[in-house]
Amino acid sequence: MPLAREESSPLFAGTAAGTLRLIFYLALAMVLMVLDHRNGWLWRLRYATSIVVEPVYRLASLPADGMHALGVAFADRRMLTEQNQRLREDLLLANAKLNRMSAVAEQNQRLKELLDTQRSLGLHVQMARVIGIDLGAYRHLMMINLGARDGVKTGQPVIDAHGVMGQVVDVLPNSATVMLVTDPDQALPVVIERTGLRTVAYGSRSGEQLTLPTIPMAADVRVGDKLLTSGLGGRFPQGFPVGEIRSVGPAPTGMFLEAHAMPSADLDRSDEVLLLHDLAEPVGPPPPPPSAGPPADGAPAPASTAAVPHASVPTVPTSPAKPKAAQAGVPQT
Amino acid sequence: MSRQRLSLWWFVGTLVFALVLMLVPLPHVLEPFKPYWPALVLLYWALESGDQRITLGLAFVLGVGADLLNGVLLGEQALRLCVLAFIALRFRSRLRFFPMWQQTLAVLALLVNDRFLLLIVRAFAGEATPPAMWWASPFVSAALWPFLFLLLDDLRMRLRLQ
Repeated sequence: MPLAREESSPLFAGTAAGTLRLIFYLALAMVLMVLDHRNGWLWRLRYATSIVVEPVYRLASLPADGMHALGVAFADRRMLTEQNQRLREDLLLANAKLNRMSAVAEQNQRLKELLDTQRSLGLHVQMARVIGIDLGAYRHLMMINLGARDGVKTGQPVIDAHGVMGQVVDVLPNSATVMLVTDPDQALPVVIERTGLRTVAYGSRSGEQLTLPTIPMAADVRVGDKLLTSGLGGRFPQGFPVGEIRSVGPAPTGMFLEAHAMPSADLDRSDEVLLLHDLAEPVGPPPPPPSAGPPADGAPAPASTAAVPHASVPTVPTSPAKPKAAQAGVPQT
Repeated sequence: MSRQRLSLWWFVGTLVFALVLMLVPLPHVLEPFKPYWPALVLLYWALESGDQRITLGLAFVLGVGADLLNGVLLGEQALRLCVLAFIALRFRSRLRFFPMWQQTLAVLALLVNDRFLLLIVRAFAGEATPPAMWWASPFVSAALWPFLFLLLDDLRMRLRLQ
């Protein structure tokens, strides 16, 4: 009887062997998941098989590129002229501003040399193109077409013309993944431009906004305030625009103010992005400078003043993947 | 012989094409409505050829491939596709002879079940709960099912493949 059931295609009941096979594969998948969760195998495997994976990515990005090319090819002549005109005006304006700025920058440079800080206004960047593929819905990730062969390293900040976009989290030989600032795992040390208040901006769980959940109740924060990177934490260099505050209100805990900000970078629309090569100053209080201040013998006093802005901040998130750890030591003013 | 080889290539080709289609981005507004292509193509072949072609091992390999390409966690899609293939194969003889609307409903149920699995896996991995729009994808996939089924069936008939 069981033999007969084996042979005919069973309408209702399957075989025990099939169920056992399912259990085996499910167990295998779970083991894989646990191992990957612990050790991050996925990216190592991706790196090892990049010779297959990367061409597939390029292939999958073809439709997006094609749409872009079609958009350019069939664009209205008038629209292109208009765009060209606008870009020219922008360039003119930017150049005029630059010319005015260069004198100030030079002066700033001289003053900074006097103060003996190493921060410079120059940018060392690499241009990258965005590869249009979908890395899973609701993952705030983006692929760019530069990788380990172009000298890209994990942790490098990525910006566009308007502000900070995110940072490189994984590198393949010819491409890299960028975690956007709106990712819930991203924590970005920022400073409010108007008041100089330091805080941390997190990506939000839903939507395209940034959340600043730990602003002191008494702090002066208004809608429209601009956020800049503070340079603390050692990932993002100082002074890049991050976003603009859209709403401020008491946090659900009642102990802080919570603000929401709109990222200033064009996270959805950017085609070309800039990869920064000069990183921020290293994490933590800097080592006492060997020759601080004009007189070489009177070192102690200027060294301590130089360390003050860093010493007042207990811990800043070193890795954006650990917002919990950052929460514990959020810098307050 | 060459006909057989051709139909094997057609089979593998549709699966690979589904993987590439999974990677192709949609405009930002449509992103939550993106169907889960590998599952749909796998379901088609599971209903069409049964366990001559679709085995749990193949579903597993396809899932690992999908994870490699755009996964969050290695083995996540392997698990989901295995469950999907198992259920589809188990009820294949009934699902095949359903009228199209019933088949569509069954596909919808399978895909919603798949989303639940994904939700459980993500919860264990400690990720954020997705927004409500995330549940739209199975409905879009189910709505596309009749067209996909008829298209693939028609192409298969025209090319006289197995």
